[in-house]
Amino acid sequence: MAAMGTTMGTTTTSQLPAAAGERDLRLDLFRGLALWLIFLDHIPENVVSWITIRNYGFSDATEIFIFISGYTAAFVYGRAMRERGFVVSSARILRRAWQIYVAHIFLFTIFMAEIAYVASTFENPLYAEEMNILDFLKQPDVTIFQALLLKFKPVNMDVLPLYIVLLLLFPPMLYLLLRLPTFALAGSALVYVLAWNLDWNLPAYPNGVWFFNPFAWQLLFVFGAWCALGGARRLAGVLRSRLVLALAIAYLVFAFAITLTWHFESLARFVPVWLSDWMYPIDKTNLDVLRFAHFLALAIVTVRFVPREWSGLRSRILQPAILCGQHSLEIFCLGVFLAFAAQFIIAESSGGPLEQTALSVLGILIMIAAAALISWYKAMEGRGPTSRAKPRNADLAGGEA
Amino acid sequence: MTLIVALLTAVALFDAAAAAEPPPQPAQSGAPIAAPAPDCVVPESLLEADSDLTHVADAVKDHHRLDISVIGSGSSALPGPDGARFAYPARLEQVLKGLLPDVQVKVTVHVALRQTTEQMAAGLAKVLTDDKPDLVVWQAGTVDALRGIEPDEFRAKLESGLETITAAGADAIVMNMQYSPRIESMLNVSAYADVMHWVAHERGAVLFDRLAIMHYWTDAGIFDLYAATKDYAMARRVHDCIGRALASQIVNAAHLDAGKLQTTR
Repeated sequence: MAAMGTTMGTTTTSQLPAAAGERDLRLDLFRGLALWLIFLDHIPENVVSWITIRNYGFSDATEIFIFISGYTAAFVYGRAMRERGFVVSSARILRRAWQIYVAHIFLFTIFMAEIAYVASTFENPLYAEEMNILDFLKQPDVTIFQALLLKFKPVNMDVLPLYIVLLLLFPPMLYLLLRLPTFALAGSALVYVLAWNLDWNLPAYPNGVWFFNPFAWQLLFVFGAWCALGGARRLAGVLRSRLVLALAIAYLVFAFAITLTWHFESLARFVPVWLSDWMYPIDKTNLDVLRFAHFLALAIVTVRFVPREWSGLRSRILQPAILCGQHSLEIFCLGVFLAFAAQFIIAESSGGPLEQTALSVLGILIMIAAAALISWYKAMEGRGPTSRAKPRNADLAGGEA
Repeated sequence: MTLIVALLTAVALFDAAAAAEPPPQPAQSGAPIAAPAPDCVVPESLLEADSDLTHVADAVKDHHRLDISVIGSGSSALPGPDGARFAYPARLEQVLKGLLPDVQVKVTVHVALRQTTEQMAAGLAKVLTDDKPDLVVWQAGTVDALRGIEPDEFRAKLESGLETITAAGADAIVMNMQYSPRIESMLNVSAYADVMHWVAHERGAVLFDRLAIMHYWTDAGIFDLYAATKDYAMARRVHDCIGRALASQIVNAAHLDAGKLQTTR
């Protein structure tokens, strides 16, 4: 109880230490990079997706995206909650959730169009069984209704529904994080543990459960928010420790070695049976502890070698990624759409590695151009040429939650 | 200074990443070719088996007979009036008879459309009593992926099924899904393929990696699996090639020297 009292004291006197300063460009940079990686990973059989981090360790771009989303949500709405109160900030958070919902349904429409096209043009006796996947087109009433309820989610359309649920539950969590941060984080961890032990998840249509279990993934989102609201500063000592760095690097090397055995069958025999028994399966749905730890290790190493004031963050070469990270919702949706489009083109033209590479690069260029265009719109609408002018709306302050 | 360290780390990581990248086209590495069929070669690495098919080896060596039961769903069959004659189980029987002329080979087919792994596992006991097979080829996963069965549940059914097969004194080969580039974006089979990989590995069963093999055929330009067609010809050729590859994996994993068996006839 005494510890909680102190925590409350610090937060109230310093007025959100982390959020008070300038926006941390590293967040935008890494979220932008994560968006590119998600785009590349969503194109099946893409040779370029060999460069993405999921091939070199346990966690992937989803962890980065969710953590940074939690961080920025707390950064933006935490300030709003302090300055304008619970009701106004909650209303903003819910408006954001609504925008994401609309974006999700828009993507669903595009996906349906693609499926319907394939259903009407593709036929091959070899795939008579697999074509049953299109059965849902026979009852569009049920399918569309289930999609509106976020229960029917086609492949690769799982992240936004997760984000929506996380934001819907965020107002009370943020309220708690601002007052009793340690307690809030412990509560989040408890929900994670309970979800694992009691098999909590949301139901999906036609069967099964959500691919990204919100009860598990909320831990990463809340942890991001906790870091934004002073947690990162409290962890500073840990982050500076050489031992922690060494452990993080050792774990990254271990994860890399294990992933090698996935790509090269012949190496699998070097993994001891007790280790594979204990380790597998590494569960993405429920955010396996190994994945969470891998993300933490990556974050520790990154924070160490890319300091906040690093001059490279201002260099022109990183601006495209930062720009994309600052408009993450739009660019995420565009990325999902571009991945659909790219895989469609590859399928229609039986494209090889060269075409896949070209489409990957083109897709990222389109994402950058779109981010630049959005920035231009925002600047034109009177919010100052860059983030220099104090924006009225925190959501649109060059970066969003 | 930190910047330099960061850059060095990045370069080192990138190098490691580049080194980790497997060659995209195994055919170019000069891998030996296992299947004798002229137009659907499969690199030997795709037909490697974790475990030996000891019951198959015993049956062939001691009794000169080999009874195989194939259990599966729609992708183990072909539509059309002579579908069964051209589907891979029948092709497997033909090819094995050719490879092992001294052995009485019998393949019994238990294929039912839209069967989940749970349903197939429930029917296993009867198949094992009726056929008394030396080897069960269990094709699974497709319907589970179509229905969105939870991977954990899928895993449990597959494990219990393999236990039943082992307890009945037979070897098992699990066959995963077909590779279908068109449907790939709508049907996520990788989670189920991963489960099959690990369950086979842990339970001492052999995995016939149909997904990887068909993928290889697409990459190597052997089959155009993107093609939209009503014609049965390509589907039949694919099944013929699957039958050949499967026969070749069985011969390898049971250490049957097909050539020697022929000469000592």
